[in-house]
Amino acid sequence: MARRTISVDVLARVEGEGALRLVIQDGKLRDAELRIFEPPRFFEAFLRGRSCLEVPDITARICGICPVAYQMSSVHAMEDALGIAITPPIRALRRLLYCGEWIESHALHMYMLHAPDFLGYDGAVEMAKDHPDIVRDGLALKKAGNEILHLLGGREIHPINVRVGGFYRVPTRREFGTLRDALERGREASLGTVKLVAGFDFPDLERDYEFVAVGHPDEYPFNEGHVVSNQGLDIPSQQYDAHFEEYHVRHSNALHSRHLGHGAYLTGPLARYSLNSSRLSPLALEAAKQAGLGPTCNNPFRSIVIRAVEMVYAFDEALRIIDAYDEPDRPFVDAPMRAGVGCAATEAPRGMLYHRYRLDPQGSVLEARIVPPTSQNQPSIENDLREFAPRWLDLPDDRLTHLCEQAIRNHDPCISCATHFLKLETVRT
Amino acid sequence: MKPPAKPKLAVWKFASCDGCQLSLLDCEDELLAIAGAVDIAYFPEATRGVMKGPYDVSLVEGSVTTPHDAERLHAVRRQSRTLITIGACATAGGIQALRNFKDVREFTAIVYARPDYIDTLATSTPISAHVNVDFELRGCPINKHQLLEVLTAYLHRRKPNIPPHSVCMECKQRGTVCVLVRGAASCLGPVTHAGCGALCPAYNRGCYGCFGPKETPNTVSLAHQLRDAGMNEQALQRVFRTFNAGAEAFREEGDRHGT
Repeated sequence: MARRTISVDVLARVEGEGALRLVIQDGKLRDAELRIFEPPRFFEAFLRGRSCLEVPDITARICGICPVAYQMSSVHAMEDALGIAITPPIRALRRLLYCGEWIESHALHMYMLHAPDFLGYDGAVEMAKDHPDIVRDGLALKKAGNEILHLLGGREIHPINVRVGGFYRVPTRREFGTLRDALERGREASLGTVKLVAGFDFPDLERDYEFVAVGHPDEYPFNEGHVVSNQGLDIPSQQYDAHFEEYHVRHSNALHSRHLGHGAYLTGPLARYSLNSSRLSPLALEAAKQAGLGPTCNNPFRSIVIRAVEMVYAFDEALRIIDAYDEPDRPFVDAPMRAGVGCAATEAPRGMLYHRYRLDPQGSVLEARIVPPTSQNQPSIENDLREFAPRWLDLPDDRLTHLCEQAIRNHDPCISCATHFLKLETVRT
Repeated sequence: MKPPAKPKLAVWKFASCDGCQLSLLDCEDELLAIAGAVDIAYFPEATRGVMKGPYDVSLVEGSVTTPHDAERLHAVRRQSRTLITIGACATAGGIQALRNFKDVREFTAIVYARPDYIDTLATSTPISAHVNVDFELRGCPINKHQLLEVLTAYLHRRKPNIPPHSVCMECKQRGTVCVLVRGAASCLGPVTHAGCGALCPAYNRGCYGCFGPKETPNTVSLAHQLRDAGMNEQALQRVFRTFNAGAEAFREEGDRHGT
């Protein structure tokens, strides 16, 4: 028996610590495991006994890349439990904050983490030696997203301005002045990003995914809507637990998730776009068309193109919100405490993020459940490898390794979130 | 003649959210200049490229929560001329140090269906509990301008200018009216290390202590004042048990309350 072993100790350019193990026997792929050994941090356990008002600041610390998502799913879930409704201006400002995080996170992933795969570099700093303009553009776009977070959230990482019921302080119209200029420049530059990434070479590989995302009748989804799929699912987030199940596998400190009766599913840009592309703004839709995208996309290697289109959308939407902004009389609505159960699913840059909390009459957390996008995507990422890797087995080890890493990075896994480092190990026997 | 070799920078991760190392990538205007001044020799979040140690400066993010990480940290120290911890996890154990006050087996059973698959220590401890640390940069997350200051200082072999005073000083510098005095919010500013620029009070909320204790904090006095303002014992314990729950001054004050 021919045995060939490939091992990459650290899969780079992902957020967190994980490994990949491929077992190849007699030239056939026997198994593919995405192993997550990021140490567990036990958020769901230590949230018990905390006041619901403290939760958004704590859940933010699950992920330094997408803290806004963790704040958004938790505040919406708490508001559901407490039975309070936020006002339209507050909801618009929350969409604006999410636009900031999408721009920052997508720019980081496209330019710093993913583009080096397509252009043949180890990372963005190495890429900057030959393509300084590309890297500078990426950093400028990232900065524009961070400017939204800075103004509205107080700071880029772990913003301090989000509270149950709204915000601690809302900006004045005047404060949006300089931000508006930065966003207009960003929107223009983001059209260049779509052109750049649409010109990369993509393997011609498609998968038959079940796509799951938040869906809203009129809006490209951020933080309101049903949980929908391309296989007919359409439920309010309160019914999530009746349709999805988490399970524990030995090779991962992040729980896996499945759609009951269906199996593995995919959340994230491919799913969001394929289920909601008609609700993009005209500018983003035109950019998608120019990039050669149809109304749906099943090639995970093209996810970078979708991120670019979503970035155009996020700039467009941010500018729309700022132009329509009317400073609310109060930055938040009051949140009287009561017992209850609350759920919310919102769209983190990497996909749908579901939170559920049970509160006692004083508003203390009795139970918390957090299902991050990367947890949900783990089985589909492994299935991508099972389906794609057999085509690549004749390639030399370094090329095979790199393609497998790329297949994982397509989904921008956030392992810190999901556990809560990626190491590639291939065993060939 | 060959130009002198650039200093080598390494970035290491232990249990954390990745936010503090992201602060380096968030230096959008300075990143390419940094890459010009140092060799980014090991930084898996940003590059597949790896240069061999030893490293001139190691930035360490995260806390120690597994037996394997405790061993890995010693290997990091051996390869590092200067070791700087970045953020509340590396400096105080982070939010995950809340396990230190509970039974970790119970925590594992709450989160995981198969606790037997999980290999974890009973405590989350700062880097300094395991190896010698040259400088601790505080914050949850760190302030990127302070990170640049610390990196610059170590590369030029001078002392970093990171004031150890309280957030109160920053409120005064910023011209923010005291939220405690005007009764708008409970605030940990008087006992919390400066560095954020007194952000929360400027957004009309009290400081929640994410930079951890300042030099010589009088937590007892602040706790009295918060109690007088109506905070109960459980809430008093919770305000000291957040992102720096494992920092000595906050741990001791939290232990005084709760019942």
